[in-house]
Amino acid sequence: MSIRKQAMTRRQLLSKSAMFGASFAIGSGFVAGQATAANWAVEVEHLKPETMATLIQLARDIYPHDQVSDEYYAVAVKGYDSADAAEGIEVGIAELNEAAKGIGFANYIDVGWERDRVDLLRGMEDSAFFQQIRGGLVTGLYNQKAIWPIFGYEGESFSKGGYIDRGFDDINWL
Amino acid sequence: MSAPFDMNDDNVVVIIGTGAGGGVLANELAQKGVSVVALEAGGRYLPEDYINDEWDSFGQLAWTDPRTTSGDWRVAKDFSGLPAWIVKAVGGTTTHWAGASLRFQDHEWKPRTTYGDIEGANLLDWPIDPREMDDYYTKAENKLGVTRTGGRAGLPGSNNYKVFEKGAKALGYEEVHTGRMAINSADFDDRLACQQTGFCFQGCKWGAKWSSAYTDIPRGEATGNLEVRDRCHVMRIEHNEQGKVTSVVYVDADGNQQEQRARVVCVAGNSIESPRLLLNSASSMFPDGLANSSGQVGRNYMRHVTGSVYAVFDQPVRMWRGTTMAGIIQDEAKNDPSRGFVGGYELETLSLGLPFMAAFLDPGAWGREFTTALDHYENMAGMWIVGEDMPQETNRITLNHDVTDQHGLAVADVHFDDHPNDVAMRNHAYKQGIAVYEAVGATRVFPTPPYPSTHNLGTNRMSEDPRDGVVNRHGQTHDISNLFVSDGSQFTSGASENPTLTIVALAIRQADFIAAELSKNTL
Repeated sequence: MSIRKQAMTRRQLLSKSAMFGASFAIGSGFVAGQATAANWAVEVEHLKPETMATLIQLARDIYPHDQVSDEYYAVAVKGYDSADAAEGIEVGIAELNEAAKGIGFANYIDVGWERDRVDLLRGMEDSAFFQQIRGGLVTGLYNQKAIWPIFGYEGESFSKGGYIDRGFDDINWL
Repeated sequence: MSAPFDMNDDNVVVIIGTGAGGGVLANELAQKGVSVVALEAGGRYLPEDYINDEWDSFGQLAWTDPRTTSGDWRVAKDFSGLPAWIVKAVGGTTTHWAGASLRFQDHEWKPRTTYGDIEGANLLDWPIDPREMDDYYTKAENKLGVTRTGGRAGLPGSNNYKVFEKGAKALGYEEVHTGRMAINSADFDDRLACQQTGFCFQGCKWGAKWSSAYTDIPRGEATGNLEVRDRCHVMRIEHNEQGKVTSVVYVDADGNQQEQRARVVCVAGNSIESPRLLLNSASSMFPDGLANSSGQVGRNYMRHVTGSVYAVFDQPVRMWRGTTMAGIIQDEAKNDPSRGFVGGYELETLSLGLPFMAAFLDPGAWGREFTTALDHYENMAGMWIVGEDMPQETNRITLNHDVTDQHGLAVADVHFDDHPNDVAMRNHAYKQGIAVYEAVGATRVFPTPPYPSTHNLGTNRMSEDPRDGVVNRHGQTHDISNLFVSDGSQFTSGASENPTLTIVALAIRQADFIAAELSKNTL
């Protein structure tokens, strides 16, 4: 997957750090993705970097699409890095980390298997925090035009004259 | 006197709302030389303004003023502030509708007689003989340019339709075709043929789909007899000591309160806003709201038995390419109580873009069960269920005085509980829809819950006896002779068909009646 800079503002895409693994807090206000597939980074102003990294993992665990790289999940939750939202997010993520400690891990990110993380989330899915994150992702993730091609969705076609001559009836396997 | 009209001109017919009911009525009256002021809460958008992006378009066109919900319907949980997905714009929901244009079946005009006494249902026959509607339906079909009527060809079948058709035929269904659609299959009435662009719900940028926004409204204005005032939200209707309505008070585009005098007032704000306006117009003479001596204003709210079936196949379908509603199965629209319910339903193809699929496939769901469905979005086909629901007195629009809108007016609360007949019908339709797709090799199926209501009906219903309903056979309120209802809220029952064609036919018919009464000086 090549990087799609047009979907991100310059502030959201500042660094091309080569890191290992999924999303990492890399200190001094940055969370970065790993090198080969996703050279990207998101700057945080109000949230702790590790909170943003956890938020990205949480977003992926709620709506996991293995073919969608972390940068899109980062864009989807970037809005919570605001003066208004940050405090509530820190509290919610702290509770998530506490829940992870309750089953013997250092924090949520440290829980290696998705099924164990999902078990934790099932226990809190009616909470206001979980519903805030899930509800925000419905538009925050799926309304990013940059991810539509990953799902095959072509978006608007008016500018191309519609599909009258471009395959509206081209099904060939029936 | 020609448009624009003076606020003190008490010779005008004031129409509130400009959609399928109000927009058509406004033009039909203007063509007959009647002076009309149409007040529209929304702004004016034309094809060049429409946005082929689901959420952006929703932000542009949808009615998102506050409303509340109650009842056991899942919409109240999933979309508690958005009971209906309808439009606030010149042209109303005719910008958003899919275009399906079906006549009622004869027996659907007489549901009480046909279905009998159904416990919990407030069934009533329409005070209209189906034969009275034949000519009006023909006029409506010709106005809208409905395919497969009047010698007009059907639309070509899209990928989504072809999957649906093959499954339907495999099940033995016979009435399967690309629909009777108010979408041009060839250039018609100065509008282009369909370019299979998708985004019918977002307003047709080609103008191939009929909408009053770019047909009836400008044509009415061209007569000089129609003035449309957009971004004007009506607050209440005033009356005199004789109990006749005299004026309409509204907030204009600049936020100033205005009062337009009127000889006749026609309410066409949709089945949520129309009863809300009558209730918000309560006075010392009419303490329960205007035209509400029956107590039926706001009651019998119907929304059709809806739901969707989506299915995933092992190969691509690309259902978003082409018209949103691309075909229909009508075999289940008959009344056959041996299926375990009265009334019938239509199955109509439907597609949503990825953003709306994520929002509507299974609202609130998360995790891999949900996301693996979207992973195969390209291989998905979809259909929508439209069936007759039972009118119930307790399904109703009431004023929620705890919540006010931007004008300080009490908002509408929309209460809906499914009737057992509705549930039985929906379950039957899910089963049949799933069978259609499994017959074509679906690897996974999704019986998807109802979306926020698009077919809002029945809340000022038509009745022979003034004790049973709000308006008579002409949409004239039983209580106030110069007050009319001109939208889907006058529906006595919902039938199994998409309602727009019937709303248009009734508006043409009502225009004949109002013009005749005006010329006789009886209004």
